[in-house]
Amino acid sequence: MSASVENHDAGPPAAEQPAGQHSAGEHRDYIGAKLGMWIFIFTELILFGGLFVAYGMYRSMHPHEFHHAAGELNVVLGVINTLVLLTSSLTMVLSIVAIRLKRKTQSMIFLASTMVLGCVFLVNKFFEWKAKIHHGLYPGSEHLMARPPGERLFFGLYYGMTGLHGLHVTVGLVVMAIMLVLLRRDKIRHDDFIKLENAGLYWHLVDVIWIFLLPLFYLAA
Amino acid sequence: MSTAVASTAAPTASEPSFYAGSSRQGVLSWLLTTDHKRIALLYLGSMLTFFLVGMTIGVFMRLEHLTMGPTIMKPTTYNALFTLHGVIMIFLFVIPGLPAVFGNFLLPIMIGAKDVAFPRLNLLSWYLFMAGATIAITSLFTGGGPPDTGWSFYVPYSVTTGTNVTMAVLGAFVIGFSSILTGINFITTIHRLRAKGMNWMRMPLFPWALYATAWVQVLATPILGITLLLVVLERVFGLGIFNPAIGGDPILYQHLFWTYSHPAVYIMIIPAMGAISEIIPTFAHRTIFGYKAIVLSSMGIAGLGSLVWAHHMFTSGMSETSIIIFSLLTFLVAIPSAIKIFNWVATLYKGSIELKAPMLFALGFIFLFSIGGLTGLFQGALAVNMHIHDTYFIVGHFHYVMFGGTGMAFFAALHYWYPKMFGRMYKERTAVVAWVHIFVGFNMLYFTMLVLGMQGMPRRYYDHLPGFHLGHLVATVGSWILVAGLLLMIMNLVRGLFRKVEVPANPWGGVTLEWMVASPPPVENFDVLPVITEAPYTFNPVSEEKAK
Repeated sequence: MSASVENHDAGPPAAEQPAGQHSAGEHRDYIGAKLGMWIFIFTELILFGGLFVAYGMYRSMHPHEFHHAAGELNVVLGVINTLVLLTSSLTMVLSIVAIRLKRKTQSMIFLASTMVLGCVFLVNKFFEWKAKIHHGLYPGSEHLMARPPGERLFFGLYYGMTGLHGLHVTVGLVVMAIMLVLLRRDKIRHDDFIKLENAGLYWHLVDVIWIFLLPLFYLAA
Repeated sequence: MSTAVASTAAPTASEPSFYAGSSRQGVLSWLLTTDHKRIALLYLGSMLTFFLVGMTIGVFMRLEHLTMGPTIMKPTTYNALFTLHGVIMIFLFVIPGLPAVFGNFLLPIMIGAKDVAFPRLNLLSWYLFMAGATIAITSLFTGGGPPDTGWSFYVPYSVTTGTNVTMAVLGAFVIGFSSILTGINFITTIHRLRAKGMNWMRMPLFPWALYATAWVQVLATPILGITLLLVVLERVFGLGIFNPAIGGDPILYQHLFWTYSHPAVYIMIIPAMGAISEIIPTFAHRTIFGYKAIVLSSMGIAGLGSLVWAHHMFTSGMSETSIIIFSLLTFLVAIPSAIKIFNWVATLYKGSIELKAPMLFALGFIFLFSIGGLTGLFQGALAVNMHIHDTYFIVGHFHYVMFGGTGMAFFAALHYWYPKMFGRMYKERTAVVAWVHIFVGFNMLYFTMLVLGMQGMPRRYYDHLPGFHLGHLVATVGSWILVAGLLLMIMNLVRGLFRKVEVPANPWGGVTLEWMVASPPPVENFDVLPVITEAPYTFNPVSEEKAK
């Protein structure tokens, strides 16, 4: 509504205020903003849902090959990454709590920690992928094509799903970087923190999806 | 609702219209606008352009069938053209058409709001739409040439073909994202910004239809997103999910594709039905018959329509049980559609019908959509489906639904809300002449296709056997009449913009909120937000008299 508010140079804003919830403070519709975010999160879940359907179908077709291929993944790294993400969700929540208590610096520190943890996750993921590719386990490789179809599909899904998840982590990091700037410029305040809260919701979504990826890939062995 | 809205009884003549009232000047006032009305017009301009391109391609395809053997093009060109025709018409016109243009323009006004819930997101949606369209169109001239897979991008061919499928698919992905954001915006707007007193059962039917559509957009489009993304990954990295050479299953692609693309048919048709539900009562000067039934059937179509996708795959290889279940569900979805048709017809009964151009298009919709819907039931029946699968019958059927249904409703809506959107008026007589041409040409073209299909003419062939020649000839001539009508209609609408005619706020005697504001509406739609005290479509004797 920013444009139309600007256009309202002539009108007396004081008279506008009592007209109702959708006059001056259009951006302050917290419930609306949250509703929009939640619907967006549904769409993200459905986006991953397509991949989960593919996983479910192929796993029921090749249970043993999936079981065998999952043994190739590094459970320790997977669990460490899970802990990293879970901790980052905690710091995200703490950042929101801090800004609600008017502790701006603390909120920024917590948000920055979330970003650091997100980066740690990506770095871990990078080394994991690098090791797999080093061992010739990537789509289309000779080594993988020599294996049975179920294992090829397992790794196809592994790269597809963790890759898409990684992309979401990256997007989350960009969003948080923007939030950090907004916090710094006092655009996110103790009485107006819906943007940070929505960013938090997105980050928890990334976290939740990972919680499903961990058992499906790493713990399936 | 005219009597209900005491505070806005007098149209706000003092406020400048949204064309004049902008803080920016020139092109930027359009490209950086967050006004839902301007964004709607951006969509309208871009979509009519895409429609003309898609229409031209369609004409060329018909010309190819004018004679047997190669007429004006090679078989490969024909393959590229039917792909393009499908992609442009479906992804760039029919799916986003009514919600993006009329939804954007009218939804906030009809529910008594000043704008949508997220105006900047709304502008972003338009940019994503244009970006997707640009990517899709660029795919024609780059890489391995225009895609030749058909709009459905079926694997494994779409993975193995050397044409530029990757880019076209990415374009569709981006457009899908735009569609999701529009859906989120509309749902939130309807939940949060309805005027005081407008409870759910006082909301007009077009917003209701948009609401049902938005849910389908939001819930189904991500599946298309992931499916298309997987095609890209398949082509670039060879993941193997859909590739039988690696172990994947192409049927899974078809399931995922139609899980979106069948509900997409309802994304196309529900808002069209919503627009018709606005037009019919206005020109019958009578309350809509069965308001609640229409509301429930919108939601019913949205729900049931999401469960019927596999009827596109009866010949692809599925278990007998699932075929029977999907066949049954397909028949069920006809019930809410029929409920709407009966309601519209019942609304006309004992109404004082005024056959203006929008009404003619609306009646055309009812007639053509009925044929489209009933021929759809043929395909839901298993035995018939086996016979007509992949024939011209399918082509005829979906043109009756998409063009005869959504297309006609789009034109009906365009003629109906034209004075509101532009504050101008087209020539009524020319509009009627154009409608006659469109209606006659349409039936000549597509009814012939239904017959050809029953005779066994397969779709997507660039040539035909002598036995089909007469049918193809009739269809091609029909396409000329149709195009003549369409061009006349568009010309009339464009010329109407320059006619200096004063248009009143309510030229048709409509009773929904958009007719209570000036034509064109002021920047913020309402000076004072309206308060709603009664159900929509309440035609009291006074307003009926005024209409005559």
